[in-house]
Amino acid sequence: MRTGLALHSALASPSLRASPSLQVVPARAQMGSSLGFHIILACMGIAFPAIVMIMHYIGLRRRDAAAMLLARRWSRVMAVLVAVGAVSGTVLSMDMGLLWPGLMGRYGSVIGIPFGIEGIFFLLEAVFTAIYMYGWDRLPPWAHFWTMAPVVISGVFGAMSVVAANSWMNDPSGYTVANGKITSVDPVAVYFNGATYYEMPHMILAAYMVAGGLAATPYAVGLLRGRGSRYNRLGFLLPFTVAAIATPFQIGIGDTAARAIASQQPVKFASMEYVPRTSTHVPEWIAGVWSNGRVVPGTGIALPSVDSLLVGFSPNTRVIGWDTVPPALRPPFPTLLHLSFDLMVLIGMLMLVWGIWLALWWWRRRDLPRGRPGTVFLAGGALSGIACVVAMEAGWVVTEVGRQPWTVYNVLLTSQAATSATGVPATLAATVAIYAVLTVATLAVLWMMKRRWQATAGGADVAAPYSPPAEREAR
Amino acid sequence: MIADIVAAVLVLVATAYAVLGGADFGGGMWDLLAGSATGGAAARHRINLSITPVWESNHVWLVIALVVLWTGFPVAFADIFTTLFVPLSVAGLGIVLRGSGFAYRAQAGSVRWQAVNGGIFAISSLLTPFFMGTAVGAVVTGRVRASGDPAGSWVNPTSLLTGGLFVAVAAYLAAVYLAVDSDRAGEPDLRRYFTRRALAAGIVSGALAAVTMAELRTSAPSVFTELTQGRALPAVIVSVLAGVAVLTALPTGVMWPARPLAALAVAAVIWGWAIAQYPYILPPRLTIAGAAAPAATMGAVLFVVGVIVVLVAPSFALLYWLAQRGSLREADEDGAGPPRRPAR
Ligand code: HDD
Ligand code: HEM
Ligand code: HEM
Repeated sequence: MRTGLALHSALASPSLRASPSLQVVPARAQMGSSLGFHIILACMGIAFPAIVMIMHYIGLRRRDAAAMLLARRWSRVMAVLVAVGAVSGTVLSMDMGLLWPGLMGRYGSVIGIPFGIEGIFFLLEAVFTAIYMYGWDRLPPWAHFWTMAPVVISGVFGAMSVVAANSWMNDPSGYTVANGKITSVDPVAVYFNGATYYEMPHMILAAYMVAGGLAATPYAVGLLRGRGSRYNRLGFLLPFTVAAIATPFQIGIGDTAARAIASQQPVKFASMEYVPRTSTHVPEWIAGVWSNGRVVPGTGIALPSVDSLLVGFSPNTRVIGWDTVPPALRPPFPTLLHLSFDLMVLIGMLMLVWGIWLALWWWRRRDLPRGRPGTVFLAGGALSGIACVVAMEAGWVVTEVGRQPWTVYNVLLTSQAATSATGVPATLAATVAIYAVLTVATLAVLWMMKRRWQATAGGADVAAPYSPPAEREAR
Repeated sequence: MIADIVAAVLVLVATAYAVLGGADFGGGMWDLLAGSATGGAAARHRINLSITPVWESNHVWLVIALVVLWTGFPVAFADIFTTLFVPLSVAGLGIVLRGSGFAYRAQAGSVRWQAVNGGIFAISSLLTPFFMGTAVGAVVTGRVRASGDPAGSWVNPTSLLTGGLFVAVAAYLAAVYLAVDSDRAGEPDLRRYFTRRALAAGIVSGALAAVTMAELRTSAPSVFTELTQGRALPAVIVSVLAGVAVLTALPTGVMWPARPLAALAVAAVIWGWAIAQYPYILPPRLTIAGAAAPAATMGAVLFVVGVIVVLVAPSFALLYWLAQRGSLREADEDGAGPPRRPAR
């Protein structure tokens, strides 16, 4: 079933070679910026409900007022984030047509299948999120708690489905073509393609790391400022632990992914690992800037034969270089790819260290790290959310830029996928402006909420009745 | 055959979006027209209560419609989004602004911040359906094709009329639903307030529908014939009857049939349009069969729809039931104090 328009047939079309759509660059920039924005909120949509649910469970089971208050406030935060996530995602699905009609017109009947399945989970997620968020105090406590379960489950399955669409672009399979038309489709083979098994868990774990890190951030800051109440400790510990537990699995799967890419998308691998020529005993570069056919001396360290070792467990492993395809079929900016990859790995390793650090202290003293090291630990904890976002975005840069110039690997060039509509620069400008404003506004709203809450946040046993500002009632 | 079924599903999903999501846009328009911060407070509060728990779920029907379109009829999807790049881009940006404005407003701490976000929410609630309507007008009149006119396709009398019609219909649905909700909550003043608006918007919608239809006589003669004399006529009749029934029921205070009848009046227009342009997905050339994806894909689409019916429909019913009972409201932030009594 693995068929495609062969590599050269796509190139042979003279019209495509002569005039790649002028919209390609702005279209890519628009897709990248809207996805890069949406994905952060998507992570909160996938993983934050599970964290809220655990907190809510602690609150109900142990009658823990601090935990209940955290769960309640987090569900408010969720209300904002999920709304912005949902609308930015809707725009993405319109972008698929606005920016990539060449992809959708040709392969919509294939790539649409996982998106359709995702639709089921979007609906379930939206419905039960609303019931949970607005059901406080009005539904019986445990019934209310359980309305979050469908959200947690559909978050995971929804993520699986979008990533299935993306992994299909990396390893297209499950369809046949005749005369440039799709003649048959195997939905199962589309959904479970060769890149699914590592991309899906990698993204879902990434979402748990991002959500855990971001949720822990304000409480780490609170602890650093000396507000060591139970409320702040719990608010930091629970989400951070979730992120820390995900980390070793994430590293394992990332490692598997890299090895899979070495065989499935060797040119992507070559670019992210600086392998210009197919050879054995390939060194592994730590950092390094690529320029004029070599790594600029002094910018990186080469570990001899380590890349070969990582790919095939032996220094004699042959690693395919980018010399195997003509320059036009190589991804741009090897430096960007390589450094993004290194950054992602570095952050994964740091998260691992922080997780082990916390585990050791907890095991020995049932407490957070204290003293001067404790400050370093908490500072790292406060940065972990941002760091995980950076790692996730870097991962997507590796995936997406690394696949260029293909939209569907070895099947459809990005220049063939892009729209012919001439308005893309304008919509790009609007998109960037709007998402910049939305980023600021979302942070501003969260900050306002935090400020309102800080009045009571210090107390471990928050009993002080809270009266909302007068304007809120006028609404 | 299977392509026709998927096309019918697409129409039903679009209907769900129109009668559920459309009303949420309408709510934003009434918010826009509610007047000053103090004078409009009661109406805005009602709109907020009605929309808050359901708008996100309602809006997912749009996503489903897009996915069914691009999966089942990829060529049509590509042509629509290429030709109608401008109105659809604007609609997309409107969707983002509306949803975020609404969400920010709900958590806002100051009146000024509320007003700014409320304004963004309200204005984009007006623009988004208008531009969606212009796109539909372009399809009906056969202006969408592989290299359609990026401007003329949607800047023409039919498109502009359809855009206006979308706006009026959204306002109409919202006013009817809000009148019913006010009645249920025991707020007679607001019931009368929204009833008056429902009547006005209903009359405007009816008039605009008639003008648009008359306009189709020249811009899309075959659709016009089907609507006025052919197989789509029954749908038009149903729509008119349902619309008139709402207009007579509301002022007399008979509230229970208003919501389903108003929805039916709108749904029937959509069905009439679909029936009138059958077998074309993009008249005058691209047929449903001609644009259809391979059978296995269509099977997968129908499978997804089946799961939606089995799993999602009951969830939706639960959501609406809880929302109507008043069980879903923004909770008191920290759970301090007794919970507010559910509104009746
Ligand atoms: C791995 C996760 C992931 C990735 C890569 C994407 N999304 Fe997303 N998306 C989600 C995970 C997600 C989510 C967590 O499931 C969201 C966030 C908030 C929500 O309700 O669902 C969501 C929302 C969301 C919605 C709105 C659903 C609603 O109204 O509730 C749409 C239409 C899309 N997405 C579409 C896309 C498209 C077309 C993407 C790429 C081309 C994409 N998403 C990437
Ligand atoms: C040492 C650890 C890691 C390794 C070896 C690794 C490896 C990889 C590789 C090879 C890819 C490219 C996949 C492709 O092109 O299809 C990738 C993508 C990605 N990475 Fe990582 N990664 C690691 C850690 C992380 C961390 C810590 C995060 C986020 C918190 C993360 C998030 C992502 C994301 C979101 C993608 C893109 C989508 C995907 O493939 O699912 N990774 N990673
Ligand atoms: C949500 C996380 C994702 C991010 C942050 C992301 C990021 C990017 C970036 C940066 C580009 C531009 C590449 C370049 O300039 O070279 C791009 C392109 C693209 N992405 Fe992704 N991507 C994501 C997931 C997906 C998914 C799930 C799909 C599903 C279909 C997808 C479809 C595309 C398409 C169609 C393009 C344009 C063609 C191409 O450049 O290959 N992306 N994305």
